[in-house]
Amino acid sequence: MTDLYTVTDMHLSLADMVNKPLFGSAPRIDILHGLSFSIKRGEVLGIVGGSGSGKSTLGRVLVRLLEPSRGQVLFDGQDITHLNEDALRPLRRRFQMIFQDPMSSLNPRRTVGSIIAAPLKLHGFDRISVRVDQALDHVGLPRSFRTRYPHELSGGQRQRVGIARAIAMEPEFILADEIVSGLDVSSQAQVLKLLADLVADLGLTLAFISHDLSVIRRLCGTVMVLYQGRIVEHRASDALFAAPEAAYTRELLGAIPLPDPDQPWGAQAG
Amino acid sequence: MSAFLSIRNLSLVLKGGPRLLRSVSLDVEAGEVRGLVGESGAGKSMIGKAVLGILPRSVEVVEGEIWLDEVDLLKLRPSERRRKIGATAALIPQDPLTALNPSRRVGPQVTDRLVDILGWKRADAQARALELLAEVHIPDPARVMRSYPHELSGGMRQRVLIASAFAAEPKLIVADEPTTALDVTVQKQILHLIARMQARHGTALLFVTHDLGVVSKVCGSLAVLYGGLVVEQSPVRDFFRQPAHAYSRALLAATPKYTDPMAGLNPVPEAVITAVQAEVAQADASWRNGGWRHD
Repeated sequence: MTDLYTVTDMHLSLADMVNKPLFGSAPRIDILHGLSFSIKRGEVLGIVGGSGSGKSTLGRVLVRLLEPSRGQVLFDGQDITHLNEDALRPLRRRFQMIFQDPMSSLNPRRTVGSIIAAPLKLHGFDRISVRVDQALDHVGLPRSFRTRYPHELSGGQRQRVGIARAIAMEPEFILADEIVSGLDVSSQAQVLKLLADLVADLGLTLAFISHDLSVIRRLCGTVMVLYQGRIVEHRASDALFAAPEAAYTRELLGAIPLPDPDQPWGAQAG
Repeated sequence: MSAFLSIRNLSLVLKGGPRLLRSVSLDVEAGEVRGLVGESGAGKSMIGKAVLGILPRSVEVVEGEIWLDEVDLLKLRPSERRRKIGATAALIPQDPLTALNPSRRVGPQVTDRLVDILGWKRADAQARALELLAEVHIPDPARVMRSYPHELSGGMRQRVLIASAFAAEPKLIVADEPTTALDVTVQKQILHLIARMQARHGTALLFVTHDLGVVSKVCGSLAVLYGGLVVEQSPVRDFFRQPAHAYSRALLAATPKYTDPMAGLNPVPEAVITAVQAEVAQADASWRNGGWRHD
């Protein structure tokens, strides 16, 4: 397998608006500290970490919504680290994103059909109507949903629309940022199953950001654990869950309450 | 004598709409930790809100009794009811940032309960609040008392709210998804803290959550809700070994576990949903037949 993404010593700093003086520019704070890794074609990578660990920021760099301050990001061999918006536009079709909160990432005034069609039109696709139908078929929503509005759908159905919009573009890479954290377990299971099937059927490469290692265990072949903007562990799922190496990974795993009253879940000071 | 909290045949409706709770009966003994689980819209939070008398205006109690400490809350006048609930029960809410007033310092928000409900002097309440904040392992309580909510982390805010919930020594605490907004590592600390405080103060706890993992760690028994109907009530051990209801089994099968790569991709089967919805319809039909006869 070839690498779809190669990231080398990537740093990212952002303006710290909390400590911005009234006049003058805000100080920079470093979010990501020299990450190096690659994502192979067809890989399903889970990115996990606590809040503030930089996992969403890392995702946003991969789809170039953020520009790294140092280092290099290669997408399919092409350096996209500092590409400007015009140069990125033809590439954007190839890496798509699914968002956490479908209620705020789907336009409430548009029908499902036009939400899915909008990026297709923007990128000059032909046979748009057929593609919208196919996308709905793929995510298991009836074609009649084209005329519905987001508020008429359940949380799980909305998330499917988000997935349909992403896969309609025939991307090579999808970034899914906490896409099931707002869902009930039963809709969560449906969306995860759908995603797993789509990745296999369409040969997608997926980066799945989540705070939930149990979900990652089910979906992802490799796992990257982030802690304070650094990679503390990045290995195949089976190996990582069998014998976590980093202390932080062990802490994360030890903190998860399994649905099992006999699991030792030791008391700790706190 | 009956249980400390005894809910009998409680039915709530959305005004002019369907029932939100369908003849719910539930007992919580003194010092017991009872979990309420179900998916969103199942009515688990509504039970907690009904007990605390904080139902939204759009929701109406149409039937039932809520016995708290040997008094039927629904028979009391509103002012008496508020006094009774305030002196007996407290809430640990889901989102500590919206539960705390952003424009007031933390200290007075913890002491409010003692001053307003128990009639303590501010100075005494202040001293008690410092003790409580120390008890929930807040470092430098005096500084935290002077802080504004936005200056604290999510975990610290939740500790403040736990301290404030236990402040007036309530006999019952409703915890409504108290750790949903927190990281797993912080969640573990907070759950251990709640469990320790509960045991030390002998408080009964009604623990609302959608997370079966959390229930298995915190609760002694649980009630499973679907569509406002209690479909199963079991001790926690029995529930996880041998769930009685098909819907409970399906919920467990849908829950992912990092120890088992095959767990958690099983959506609740259509047949199970159909069956449990039929139960809900059945409950409504027999309620209507019985209910209208009163008039």
